[in-house]
Amino acid sequence: MKADPKAVNTGTHFIDGNEACAEGAIAAGCRFVAGYPITPSTEVVEHISRRFPRLGGLFIQMEDEIASSICFQGAIWGGLKAMTVTSGPGLSLMMEHVGLAAITETPSVFVDVQRAGPSTGLPTLPAQQDIMQARWGSHGDYEVIALAPNSPQECFDHAITAFNLAEQYRCPVFFMMDECIGHMLGKVKIPAADQIEVVARKFTSRPAGEFEPFRIYDGDQPEMVRAGMGHAIHTTGLTHDERGYPAMNPQTQDTLIRRLRNKILDHTDEISIYEADQIDGSDVTIVAYGVTARVAEYAVHLARKEGLKVGLLRLTTLWPFNDRLIREVADNTKSFIVAEMNLGQMVHEVERASRSKIPVHLLDHAGGGIIEPETFVKKIKEVVR
Amino acid sequence: MSGTPQNPVEKLLRTERMPHIWCPGCGIGTSVNCFARALEQANIDYKNLHVVSGIGCSGRVAGYVNVDSFHTTHGRAIPFATGLAMARPEAKVVVYSGDGDLFAIGGNHLIHAARRNIDMTVICVNNFTYGMTGGQVTPTTPYSAKASTMPYGNFEDTFNLPNLVDACGAVFVARWTIYHVRQLTRSMTKALNTPGFSFIEVLSPCPTLYQRRNKLGDGVMMVQYFKERSTIENGANTADVALGFQGDIVVGEFVERERPTFIQNYNTRMEQVLGDAFVPYEGVK
Repeated sequence: MKADPKAVNTGTHFIDGNEACAEGAIAAGCRFVAGYPITPSTEVVEHISRRFPRLGGLFIQMEDEIASSICFQGAIWGGLKAMTVTSGPGLSLMMEHVGLAAITETPSVFVDVQRAGPSTGLPTLPAQQDIMQARWGSHGDYEVIALAPNSPQECFDHAITAFNLAEQYRCPVFFMMDECIGHMLGKVKIPAADQIEVVARKFTSRPAGEFEPFRIYDGDQPEMVRAGMGHAIHTTGLTHDERGYPAMNPQTQDTLIRRLRNKILDHTDEISIYEADQIDGSDVTIVAYGVTARVAEYAVHLARKEGLKVGLLRLTTLWPFNDRLIREVADNTKSFIVAEMNLGQMVHEVERASRSKIPVHLLDHAGGGIIEPETFVKKIKEVVR
Repeated sequence: MSGTPQNPVEKLLRTERMPHIWCPGCGIGTSVNCFARALEQANIDYKNLHVVSGIGCSGRVAGYVNVDSFHTTHGRAIPFATGLAMARPEAKVVVYSGDGDLFAIGGNHLIHAARRNIDMTVICVNNFTYGMTGGQVTPTTPYSAKASTMPYGNFEDTFNLPNLVDACGAVFVARWTIYHVRQLTRSMTKALNTPGFSFIEVLSPCPTLYQRRNKLGDGVMMVQYFKERSTIENGANTADVALGFQGDIVVGEFVERERPTFIQNYNTRMEQVLGDAFVPYEGVK
């Protein structure tokens, strides 16, 4: 379906990533947001709280992030598209409900504008340190989807992607911005509503009594239902059968947990968004995401001017990790530099996926600033020698 | 099933899930029995009734009622129910959970839901202990009572639940024991028909853990205690209804007040400030 023309702010705007993210969520059909103020994400909910009263939406500022991260799931089971918004420390508090969203297959969007940690860390300064938290933060085995935009335009565009993926795959979807991208001002073109593709929630048409909320009828996702449709549904964070009833035995656990994993991993290629530039025959390929990928683009330009053969692989989809892509790139370049604003998170994935075929180098940053282009060029020269 | 007398509670239950997990002598089932009758009396359409629970023995209620029901995480039934109530303003949202879930781990959410006057009914089964995990101390375990983590008797002061929710602005506050089935049913009916945040404390036996450790006999003996030491005092000042170890119990409907709900307040304020630009909030259409 297309976006609602009454809600879409069509035109060319000069706004920051946080506001663009809020507009993207609105365009995607989000009409309920539960959040708690935290730097550097607060502008997202501030913008939402100004816009929603004019759109029939509702923002509620909850008492903490724990409450926010389950309040919006209540609204989703009530039938709304909804999200929560936070930054590192808040995301840490939300983790139990990431697990709840995973096991109850709630189409949920968690916006995370990253800052430097651990703990309170550097609240106003950027980092990319929640990559592994988003992937592994809640206990147990489950899969998530995570996207990292790298411009205000992408904050708008991919906020819509995030909502669409949540509906398609019924899992937690993380929208992993960082302080730089959240506060970066830039031109954002918001298209006409009829140019915006929105995935509507697919409610079951099966009558009560002939419907089980966690049974696969067609495809590989169960059919969604909402409170008030008359199906007397039950959801639980306990291991459950197709009816949604607790069934605490290893067989049910095995069936459920493998299905929750495979429904994402079987579609890694479709979910994966990336850009590959001049990788074939390069001496080194830089792997980067978010704001770091922006700097990498410029650094690669500088290095190529000096005659160096450098490829660039920008990941927009961080999770599920695209092993196949990394292996293919590894066949066509001589080494990797993984650049990220942490002391090495995604580098482990690149090492794992490339199976040590070629050297994998880390260009790290403890957080609080970006990796400068000159630092990139120096590292490229070191690696290429 | 014509001709076969049917238990009036059966309509509410997911009978395929019976038997339930509750111990003999536990009062949670009795409270659910009252709840089923209250739903009949309040004329609640099951399609528009949603039950949300946290974790624990009382948290299992959501799993047994044959309506849209959500078994959430420990302490977080109220924020989930808040989102659900926002999406479905025409529905009756009931949070059914225990004293530990609602007042220890979930205490922050409870006070804010009452302050905001979210349209929901909270039924708190208070059995003075964490049953599911083996009888640990809770914020309602009476002074001197033993618990698995208070082997020498509880030395902490307790919450007076009606007083706490009263102070936070709840529009209806009552306390009964599971001996008072008719009164409890009537208060549940009233709460279901009262818009805004209503709260009922239900004192219940826990023979397996709380009573065994405190040498208080079986479920019947606890009900005997409830019967003998309870005084009905409707409209009592909630500051005066604190509970002690096997002491006197004040029961009744303590608070009835009118306050606009969260959504009413939102719509009123936005209408005033934004006028025609405001699109009144209606939840899911």
